[in-house]
Formats: sequence, structure tokens, C-alpha cells
Amino acid sequence: MSYLSVDHLTKIYPSLEPGAKKGDTFTVFENVHFSIEKGEFVSMIGHSGCGKSTLLNIMAGFDDATKGGIILDGRETNSPGLDRMVVFQNFALMPWTTAYENVAIAVRQSHKDWSKAEVREWTMKYLKMMNLEAAANRRPSMLSGGMRQRVGLARAFAAEPKILLLDEPFAQIDALTRGSIQEELLRMWEATNSTVFMVTHDVDEAILLSDRIAMMSNGPNAELAQIVDINLPRPRVRADLIDDPRYNELRNSILKFLVTGKSAEKKTECGEPESLLKAI
Amino acid sequence: MKLQDLPTGGKYAPYLLSLVILGVFLLLWSAATRVPKFDPTGKDDTELMMMEMNGDIIRDENDKFINNPEKLQTIPGPGKVYQTAAEELKNPFTERGTNDHGIGLLVGYTLKRFLIGFLLATGVAILLGILIGMNKVLFTALNPFIQILKPVSPLAWMPLLLYSVKDPFMTSVLVVFMASLWPTMANTAFGVSTIKKDYLRVSQMVELGWFSRFWKVILPASAPAIFAGIRISFGSALVAVVPAEMLLGELGVGYLSWIEWNNLDISGVIFAIIVVGVVGFIMDWCLAKLASRFTFTEA
Repeated sequence: MSYLSVDHLTKIYPSLEPGAKKGDTFTVFENVHFSIEKGEFVSMIGHSGCGKSTLLNIMAGFDDATKGGIILDGRETNSPGLDRMVVFQNFALMPWTTAYENVAIAVRQSHKDWSKAEVREWTMKYLKMMNLEAAANRRPSMLSGGMRQRVGLARAFAAEPKILLLDEPFAQIDALTRGSIQEELLRMWEATNSTVFMVTHDVDEAILLSDRIAMMSNGPNAELAQIVDINLPRPRVRADLIDDPRYNELRNSILKFLVTGKSAEKKTECGEPESLLKAI
Repeated sequence: MKLQDLPTGGKYAPYLLSLVILGVFLLLWSAATRVPKFDPTGKDDTELMMMEMNGDIIRDENDKFINNPEKLQTIPGPGKVYQTAAEELKNPFTERGTNDHGIGLLVGYTLKRFLIGFLLATGVAILLGILIGMNKVLFTALNPFIQILKPVSPLAWMPLLLYSVKDPFMTSVLVVFMASLWPTMANTAFGVSTIKKDYLRVSQMVELGWFSRFWKVILPASAPAIFAGIRISFGSALVAVVPAEMLLGELGVGYLSWIEWNNLDISGVIFAIIVVGVVGFIMDWCLAKLASRFTFTEA
């Protein structure tokens, strides 16, 4: 039994197409099936509309699957909880309170028997790990996008979840800042032995961070097309990776999938996902 | 020349401009209300004597006839209003008679009924607003009633309220209550129902109990909308309290204006208007200060 298994997940919405009749449905993805081992960093990559964020929301418990389910550490999960902390694309920090409070709220909830001093110590530890010491007493509106997402990461890690769910966490951050936060994320992941599932559409980011990359075909009726192992040695440094031939090989094959996946869209709809795999 | 290149005249320019506007206004006011010169030509001594006996004209220090300003049916000038104000402000907390209380006392009476009604209404409106805002069924069920009750002028309730509570003080409090209820309620319901999904998701994710969720997420997240509603309520309650006092004969700054009208003391009426404006301004300023402590910039 794996640590986390996504078990034949299907999500169907009522159709919102103009002219759709009542009872018409729209299948975002179907039969998505994979598992994640403890301590693994797995990314999911795919075009917009393939349902990867919906999948993450189902894993987080914000959304329900139409068919299938999520089993985490031997238990089926339904509602959101502290064992699956999400890092949101738009940070989702509470703007009326400080960076410290945004993290402390998760610490307090996951350790209800802790004293004020213990909560403070734990919260500051994670803020320090994300280089946020100086910003602890500032409100999110006073922080840059990069700093805000550092707070989001600190909040998620501080609760020590069984799995971290990252929903395109760096999409709204400028490219230069993104690089340094990605490195901080890697450090945190290694230091805390966490398990991470990340949704992204940035190929370089996925390769830099992940042990495995799950690739979704295009929606509607998206499917999990392939899972690629990233066998690059860690620690990975961006500057060295660029010159690594294995890195470029991986990058090219994933990009090719994303590009041809687009042209193979019709084939997928006709129910020939095998042709996709051949294309890679 | 671009707009931002226009001379701004420094930091104090807006205040200077305010002073200039005030000065021009006072000048125009006194010019418009100047007592006309009395022209005795064409009138014989008997006529003048009759006029003097009537009090239409009086003698000045040089024994010349002038118009009696007390008798002229004109709006009093700024000087006269200033005199009345100085008179009223000399002993603001004395009671000279049943209907002649110092201005400080009158402001106190008005504030008392205003604050009781307003705070009561704000409490009720926020609670109901949150309930309605969080529950779609309740919202849809109650909306028609709210829509019908909302446009009713709070003064229209007065006869019914007076009949049922039989006490003018409580009636005036309830009129203020009715005036301040709807805007806060509607804004709170709107604020609560439009809280960003992310905040609710975070509160679910960290497994907040319903009380913390309410206290730490829902209330602060909808605080800006609630305060916007409170300030609208404040305005409409202040508008309602003056005629409520007049109609009920309850002592207060609103009633002051009516007493002075009954005394035919128009400068007193103007003074009462100014007092209502100043009191309202000060309270709204305090409210804005309070609101700024509970609002936030969207991150």
C-alpha cells in the first residue's frame, strides 16, 4: 500500500456549454490513477483545462470526486484538514493580520495543547527558515509577491502535514524571485522530510524540484498520460542542470509531449490515448 | 502642461481655500441680510411718531431714526447668529426652564437617544446580516421582506411605535433603530456572502472550529463591508433623529431648531442647524477612525 494513492479519480461537471440540455455533462478528467511514496516530490504538468487544479482541490478536500477517491496513509480523505496543507497560487493569506499570525494560526491548530511560547517558538522557526524574520509583524499587503508565498510555504510546512499540496505556487511570482524560492522550497523539503505534490505548467520548475512528473493529456476527458522519473542527482543546482545532457533530454521530451499533446487533442477525444504515448 | 504640473500651492493650500470660501460666504451672507437704511423723507412727524410707537423704527445714539432690526422680517446675518451662538454657548449646561436647556444638555439628550438606537440596531443588523449572508436559503427567504421594509422612511413607523410603546423617548430611540437597521444589515449580508473562497478554504484546511472561524475569519474578512454599512446607517439615523425630536417634542438639538422657530428666533434656528452639522461631523470622524482600525488592504 503506498503512502498516498489517487484511486481511479473521475470528475464530471454538469455541462455549461451554450445550448447544453439539462443532464448534459462535461468530463474534466477520468480514471486518473497514481500513487506517491512518503518523502517523494511529485509534480503534475499539463495544459490549462486538463483539470490538474481540480485534481489538487479534490486531494485537498475542497472539491468532491465524481468517481474514485484519495487514500492517504491508509485512510480515505474527504474534507480538508491539517494533514494536507495547500500552498495556493494566489497565496490566500489573511490580509487583516500579520505574516506571523498567518503562520501561527496553523501551528496553534495542529498543536492545540501548546503554550503561547511554544507556538511562538515554532512559528518563528519556520518564518526564519523562509527568511521572513524581519517581515513577521507586517501585513501581507506590505510584502512582495515572493515574500507572500514564502509566508504561504511557512504556513504549510509549519503544520507538518502528511502531504503538501502546491497549486502552481510560483505562477504569480517574477522569474528571478521564483528561482530563489524554489531553492528554499527544496531546502525545506529536504530538512523536513516532507511529501509534496505540486501542480505546475512550468517544465523547468517541475524537473528542478521533482522525483517524478505526472503528465496529463489535454482536457476535456483528460487522462494521466505518463509518469516520468527524474533521475537527476540531488542536490540540484539550476546553473549546473542547464549543462547536463540528461536535463535537456528530459526537458525536450516533456516539452514535446506538451506540444504534440496539443495536436493530439482530437485523438484523445476519439479515445486513442495510446497514440499520445507513442508520440513521446 | 500636464495636470500634475499645475501649481498646488503647497500642503496648506486646501485649508486656505476652505478659509477663503468661508470668508466669501460670510461676506455674501452679511451683504444679503444687511439692515436697510431708514429714509425719513416724505414722512411727517406724526407718521414718524406712529412708527416709533409701533417699534418699526428706533433712535440711534445721534438721535436719528433707523430701522428696528428686530422688527424686520429678514434672515439674520452672521453677526446676529454669532451673538446667539455666543449667548447659547456661555452656559451650555444650565436648565433655565422646561423648554430652555443649555445647548450642551440638548446635545447630550440627542446623543443619548441616537447612540442607544444606533448601537442596538448595529448589533442586531450585524448578527442578522451574518446569518443571512452565510445561509442562502435564509437570504432568499428573507429578502422580499427586507426589500419591502427597507424603503419605508423610519418616520413612517413613528405613529405605530408611539402607539405601541407609549413613551416618546423609547419611540425616538426606535425611530433611530429603524433608520440604522437596513444599511448595516444589507451590507453585512453582502460582505459575508462575498468573502473570498480562499479565506474559507484556509479556515477549513487548518480545521478552525465554528467560533474561531466566525471570529478570526468571517468577521474580519467582512469588516470593511460592515463598516461601510454602519457609516451609511449612521447618516440615515442622524437624518431621522432631528424630525423625530421635532414631532415627538423630545428635547434635543433637533427640537431646539423647532423651539427657536416657535420663538421666531431665526438666528437660533440657524445655530441649531450648525450644531447638528458639527455634532454629526465629529461623530462620523470618530467612526471613520474606528473603521480604519478594522479594515485592511487586499493582498
